[in-house]
Amino acid sequence: MASRLATSLAGIPLRNPVLAASGTFGYGREYAGLVPPACLGAVITKGTSLEPWPGNPPPRTVETVAGMLNAIGLENPGLAHLVEEDLPWLQSQGATVIVNVVGRCVDEYVEMAAALDRRREVAGLELNISCPNVDKGGMAFGSHPETAYALVRAVRRRTRLPLLVKLSPNVTDIVRVAERVRDAGADGLSAINTLVGMAIDLDSRRPVLGNVTGGLSGPAIKPVALAAVWRLAAVGLPVLGMGGIWDWRDAAEFLMAGAAAVAVGTATFARPRAMLEIVAGLEEYLECRGLKNVSELVGEANPTFRASG
Amino acid sequence: MELVGASVLTHEALGAGYHRLVLAAPEVALQCRPGQFVHVRVSEDRYPLLRRPFSVARRGDGTITLLYRVVGKGTALLAGLRPGGCLDLLGPLGSGFELLPGRRAVLVAGGAGIAPLLFLAQLAWETGHPVRAVVGAAQAAELVGTADLGELGVPAAYATDDGSLGHHGPVTDLLEGSLAGEALYACGPPAMLRKVQTLAREQAVPGQLSLEASMACGVGACRGCACRAHGGYRMVCTDGPVFDLEEVVLDG
Repeated sequence: MASRLATSLAGIPLRNPVLAASGTFGYGREYAGLVPPACLGAVITKGTSLEPWPGNPPPRTVETVAGMLNAIGLENPGLAHLVEEDLPWLQSQGATVIVNVVGRCVDEYVEMAAALDRRREVAGLELNISCPNVDKGGMAFGSHPETAYALVRAVRRRTRLPLLVKLSPNVTDIVRVAERVRDAGADGLSAINTLVGMAIDLDSRRPVLGNVTGGLSGPAIKPVALAAVWRLAAVGLPVLGMGGIWDWRDAAEFLMAGAAAVAVGTATFARPRAMLEIVAGLEEYLECRGLKNVSELVGEANPTFRASG
Repeated sequence: MELVGASVLTHEALGAGYHRLVLAAPEVALQCRPGQFVHVRVSEDRYPLLRRPFSVARRGDGTITLLYRVVGKGTALLAGLRPGGCLDLLGPLGSGFELLPGRRAVLVAGGAGIAPLLFLAQLAWETGHPVRAVVGAAQAAELVGTADLGELGVPAAYATDDGSLGHHGPVTDLLEGSLAGEALYACGPPAMLRKVQTLAREQAVPGQLSLEASMACGVGACRGCACRAHGGYRMVCTDGPVFDLEEVVLDG
């Protein structure tokens, strides 16, 4: 009997609809022994650039009420390390891998996409046009519908891999950006990235984060993320829903809002096995309701949901 | 690295906000080395969200001891944990101290920074490695771990900022004089660590220091606990928390 949880996202077959969110699970190895990557729907890698990036000055994180701010600045070891070390390991573990791609300019995104296009270890790409913590690249590309369109169009020409685009909530109208990303040929949407926030230290009378502002994640942002997914469900592309998912109930809410699958991030820091618990919880929930497949949940609560490939 | 539910054997308030927590955690006790830490969940729900890192202060037969000070909401919650209770614990994590052969170990502790150095003193005692300690705190009531040092036969000198016990002044004053043939192992406030770096450089003696940082993942995945080092950033959780004295650049 086929698994109740087996599904697909933007043409990527998934064992289950629970994915590790980019930047919270490294390249999988960091949590080896606690979370077998093959037990996840997919591992979305740390945002990776052509060359290694050093990241932002510390402090890079600060805890907030039911959440945290981060301003990591996309520190990563670069494409060569990904290809030589991380992809082979993930493949040896039987993981489904989606590479999160970052760049400072269109050419860098395109070059990354082209380099990864023919690699069998890579099931898909997630374009990060929504990181709030870098000056060049990241959110600069995701803030304006036409800039996003141009970037996705250029990348689309150079890869046949399923292409997800990770959207920022820090925009006037996330649906407008999503529509242009769709028009440019994206296969799916990831939503949401973090919300811009900050904290001030009363002792030093300075911002806590070295970067001044950071991205808010964790349970605090779940209602915001859920509403974004609800609206994006009408765009006509499959949505990978994320933002503050803590347990299987949160995951089920995102699916009912119209997400084809979900990604879990900050919860993993508190509960390293959170994703595995969510997989088990969803399985049991489907069984209790007598549903044959998780896809029956998708968009269940949302009359504006448009089913898509 | 293990993710375990450790049961609380004893939990003692030491005064001045310090607590000594003894946990049954056989897998962690078996694996951990002095300088390593455990990442502890202080709440069962979403707030406070993140785990808290604590150095292991002593290792017993299937047990580990944490020595910590209440500084915020997370440690206040931890202080409420009763014997028989259970603590969700990830570890051991990070790098450990390495006793350099042929050199007497000098433990330099400031405040709660004594915790990992007690475990190092225990290792020195177990292996017959020569060791002495200099320990500082704001006031006499905040000098903790002194009984452990006595039990382990570690000769120790003390300093307090207010002069209520031992030398009246910074603990690093106790390092004046020749350090020839010794190696420094330090944990404490940044100003103390900077002074230890300077002394080590002046006298050309080696050493290691343990850094404290707030952490999210604790395993190197989030890249959040960066510190400055010569040649770029290092992660306190996986490259550290123990670093070579000369490796890290401490903020002034």
